[in-house]
Amino acid sequence: MTVSTGSTTEAATTDLVNLTIDGIAVSVPKDTLLIRAAEQVGVQIPRFCDHPLLAPVGACRQCLVDIPDAGNGRPFPKPQASCTLPVAEGMVVNTQATSPVADKAQQGIMEFLLINHPLDCPVCDKGGECPLQNQAMSNGRGESRFSATGGVKRTFPKPISISAQVLLDRERCVLCARCTRFSEEIAGDPFIALLERGALQQVGIYEKEPFESYFSGNTIQICPVGALTSAEYRFRSRPFDLVSSPSVAEHDACGSAIRVDHRRGKVMRRLSGNDPEVNEEWITDKDRFAFHYADAADRLTYPQVRDDDGSLRPASWPEAFAVAARGLAEAGASAVLTGGRVTAEDAFAYSKFARVALGTNDIDFRARPLSAEETSFLASEVVLRQGATYSDLESAATVVLAGLEPEDEAGAIFLRLRKATRASRTRVISIAPFESRGLQKLGGQLIATKPGREALALQDLLGHGDYGIDSSSVILVGERLATAPGALSAAVEVARKSGAKLAWVPRRAGDRGAVEAGCLPNLLPGGRPVADAAARVDAATTWGVSGLPETAGRDADQIVAAVNAGQVGGLVVGGVDPDDTADPAAFRAALDRASFVVALELRESDVTRVADVVFPVAPVSDKAGTFVTWEGRPRPFEAVLSVPSSLPDLRILAGIAEELGTSLGFRTVAEARAQMEEMGPWDGERAAPEPVQAHDVSDPGVTLATWKQMLDNGRMQDGDDNLRATARVAVARVSANVYDALGPSITVTGERGSVTVPAAIAEIADDVVWLPANSSGRGLLAEVGLPGSTVTLKGADE
Amino acid sequence: MTDTLTPVLTDSWDTERAWTLPAYESRGGYGALRKALGMEPGAIVEAVKESGLRGRGGAGFPTGMKWSFIPQDNPKPKYLVVNADESEPGTCKDIPLMMANPHVLVEGVIISSFAIRANKAFIYIRGEVLHVIRRVQAAVAEAYAAGHLGQDIHGSGYDLDVIVHAGAGAYICGEETALLEGLEGRRGQPRLRPPFPAVAGLYASPTVINNVESIASVPSIIEHGHEWFASMGTEKSKGYGIFSLSGHVANPGQFEAPLGITLRELIDLAGGIRDGHQLKFWTPGGSSTPLLTDEHLDVPLDFEGVAGVGSMLGTRALQIFDETTCVVRATLRWTEFYKHESCGKCTPCREGTWWLVQVLSRLEQGVGSESDLDLLLDQCDNIAGRSFCALADGAAAPIQSSIKFFRDEYIAHLTHGGCPFDPAASTLFATSGALA
Repeated sequence: MTVSTGSTTEAATTDLVNLTIDGIAVSVPKDTLLIRAAEQVGVQIPRFCDHPLLAPVGACRQCLVDIPDAGNGRPFPKPQASCTLPVAEGMVVNTQATSPVADKAQQGIMEFLLINHPLDCPVCDKGGECPLQNQAMSNGRGESRFSATGGVKRTFPKPISISAQVLLDRERCVLCARCTRFSEEIAGDPFIALLERGALQQVGIYEKEPFESYFSGNTIQICPVGALTSAEYRFRSRPFDLVSSPSVAEHDACGSAIRVDHRRGKVMRRLSGNDPEVNEEWITDKDRFAFHYADAADRLTYPQVRDDDGSLRPASWPEAFAVAARGLAEAGASAVLTGGRVTAEDAFAYSKFARVALGTNDIDFRARPLSAEETSFLASEVVLRQGATYSDLESAATVVLAGLEPEDEAGAIFLRLRKATRASRTRVISIAPFESRGLQKLGGQLIATKPGREALALQDLLGHGDYGIDSSSVILVGERLATAPGALSAAVEVARKSGAKLAWVPRRAGDRGAVEAGCLPNLLPGGRPVADAAARVDAATTWGVSGLPETAGRDADQIVAAVNAGQVGGLVVGGVDPDDTADPAAFRAALDRASFVVALELRESDVTRVADVVFPVAPVSDKAGTFVTWEGRPRPFEAVLSVPSSLPDLRILAGIAEELGTSLGFRTVAEARAQMEEMGPWDGERAAPEPVQAHDVSDPGVTLATWKQMLDNGRMQDGDDNLRATARVAVARVSANVYDALGPSITVTGERGSVTVPAAIAEIADDVVWLPANSSGRGLLAEVGLPGSTVTLKGADE
Repeated sequence: MTDTLTPVLTDSWDTERAWTLPAYESRGGYGALRKALGMEPGAIVEAVKESGLRGRGGAGFPTGMKWSFIPQDNPKPKYLVVNADESEPGTCKDIPLMMANPHVLVEGVIISSFAIRANKAFIYIRGEVLHVIRRVQAAVAEAYAAGHLGQDIHGSGYDLDVIVHAGAGAYICGEETALLEGLEGRRGQPRLRPPFPAVAGLYASPTVINNVESIASVPSIIEHGHEWFASMGTEKSKGYGIFSLSGHVANPGQFEAPLGITLRELIDLAGGIRDGHQLKFWTPGGSSTPLLTDEHLDVPLDFEGVAGVGSMLGTRALQIFDETTCVVRATLRWTEFYKHESCGKCTPCREGTWWLVQVLSRLEQGVGSESDLDLLLDQCDNIAGRSFCALADGAAAPIQSSIKFFRDEYIAHLTHGGCPFDPAASTLFATSGALA
């Protein structure tokens, strides 16, 4: 487990305390708890309530040790809980390894813990990986005196629901309060607490409010007994049948370390990994529970080509490669849309495929509203830069969030910010339309901003002494800021003038890697600007080609427009959902209009249904790869499952390229990685910034504000019904005035249609309405309009 | 009746409407307050220190020293909290005191708050005693009306607000940190120490928590001087205290006497053991203090004397049991109480009391074997001193001490096939020699 002393690790090592544990002298940093000091001499003191990332509580009393000298020459008269006692100079500690007193005390506690425990290990999910089971074996007695004397156990009906996903068997609970403390200290989500008293004490929820937490799965993982289980995994497998593989979560740009447990080629569950630099020991429920999408019934398993009768028919890989290559060659100008889910290696393959095989810079990874300002920003300010890290967030005096709602869009950032704000190190300021629950949990300060005015709000940061933006600050800009003209430029300006760190936080796992790999119309891999002849030559040399297309390509929106205008004929589309794009209708039209569409997809989609050739691609569990976090930190991972028929995008692109008469020079992830390393980062001039002047572009009417909630209708949550049942319901957030005028249900109408959802009161301007982007129907982009666009509101009953 | 009694707090209990402000002031009440307001706060702390007053809630920690732990350079507000959650079985001193003489508590609160420079004080009263809560609330209201509380008290420039808080009915809230949790609106469970309340108590601010009787003793110390107070009692246990006698005595009640008085004297004052019976066992300070027997009639009832015979002075709640009482039954009742009141936070108390009751019940019914006594003692050994707070130590005390003194009686249950006593004979309504 992680021993985290926050940002003081350097200082702590110089401030050592000397003590003796079980006769062995040891020096540990000041304030170290005895239980962890003992680990340094190789003694594991049994424990339940203790967790290195939670505040000490001393509730279970399992870790009692004998202290003949407290450091002042006097003994503690009674055994002490080693999880709450810090070390002292000259202290002498005897654990169960050397002290009969400590051993008896621990055995006594273990006996008590087991009297009301059902001892149902043979049918318990935790059996085999259970701290209670293990420590009862190592530090308990073999026979039960309780049952020998006819003891009657306390019983409860099995199990009760903490949420749709988290189930509680109260009988098994040892009341260590790890789950409730996690919810209070780490996630900040209320409504799970201990109730009643004595042996009837139990974990419970408030019946009138749901336990809504995006991080609830962590309570299951840290439960030291089998009391908390997930509806997802309950009774599915035994731990000793599972193979565990480390991996990286694919649901956001946080790069959280995960552990994937699988059995006979099937993923059974996912747990948080342990990476103190990134996600510590916590992951979001989406990272934990959303993985059945890869087993969905509509998963593509073989290549298909469109037959003469217009239907898709199965094809062999060689045939599909040949048909795809021929079609693209005949289509004339072609463009590539990769989607944001690609690994860095796959992104590199798309990037090279576009330039070398298709001869175009028309490539974009962005499957969402975007802007030319953003394209320039990514090339000049993001690529190759490590703007800020998780530990920067923790040590920063101030963190500004602009166009970013970390609780929904980047869970690991949210938890790290919460840790920092709880330690009173960091203050969070958010430029957003209203104070979200996430911001409240960060104790943050809202700069209420109407969509369209973000640039001005950012510029105002400098003028306001209250906000105190300086070189100890971090500015996090979300990808949504692309839709606010001038905002990214303003953020750059503020960072430059104040010395604050600036980092761009996208939503998808592959976004940052795609920037680095050059899946942009103005960038080649390694941050090489397309506009820079030297950079083009450098890339061409590594790739062994005579030259690369010289003019900057089209971005995703321009590609769609160009297809619809007949200027581009061929499309290579990766994981793009038309309803995620800025104009879903235009995107669909482009798919119809394009003379030839090649789709690389995991599952059947609106793109594969109209594509001319469909290639199935490997899900992340089946391939090695690298995600690059929002920080710019590479997170390589190996394949979890070995599925020979499951090919990564890069292998498919290599196959098409070869049929087109060029070679990408790699067919495997390892070969692609080697070529990426050979190419390396660009050490020449960066792309020049093209700032956009900040101005108020907000509309005088009612404006639509939106972002995607963490749990919504996203396709990668398909198949995980228990998870989806814990999603927050779609509500329109409006001001009290609007609510009073229009009532409990509101119809929001934009240029593309309207939705009717329940309304909820928020501290939001009267002329702004917030809706979750993808929690109802086909999503707001398809059914209402762009973020920041004008909408009309009316009561649903009118 | 005799000059062994030193009525101070209880002196006015028999006056007409003793609980009212006029009755209290007619006997010189609030005189100590005026005197105190003319003193330096530090001098009051010093006087209380010099008096040797030790905590009357059971632990006996020197009150003046506790006050001096309050860091005066801490920018946070300071609080005085009065622990009026009297719940210890057998203890009945604070509740009658607040009932009959609430103003002495209010006056003590004002002087003590002034001494520690607190501008807000809380009186946390056990929730079940609604009549007492109302009486203290009324007394506080009277004190406000008379200018003893509020802004600029008697022109001294000192402000104090007193809040009377009703607990929600949990024994554990008598534990000072659990009381603070309850006062803050949380579940009553003890807090991890350190930090101690003197540094981070109520709302994480420096807080003094004292028992009702401790605070109520302060006015007399100020009024009569610490020498007067220290002239009573014994060398290390100075002053007077209320001894509450209950059970099998002819005239149970509260007896205010110097510390160091013996049970023999107190039983005399209470008219002796009820007619025709003899003392069998007794608790010196409520059920959480190991019980004693007739061997201990002449033990001086001060902190050192009682500790010297393996028990604790506690709250001076003397429960007297005569020979008709089954000690196993009494111990079982107490243990059931601790099981019911265990807060559940820590394992040994929560699970241990659950199990103890089961073993004791079986013994009381004559089921089991002599080895169960060793099991009980081993369980107690695994509970006492292993738990988060002192509640579980109290739960183990009656079992350990009753087996120590009355092992044969436990075994008699086993050989007799059940309790050899007539349960009715121990009741107060039993006629002498009733039933078989």
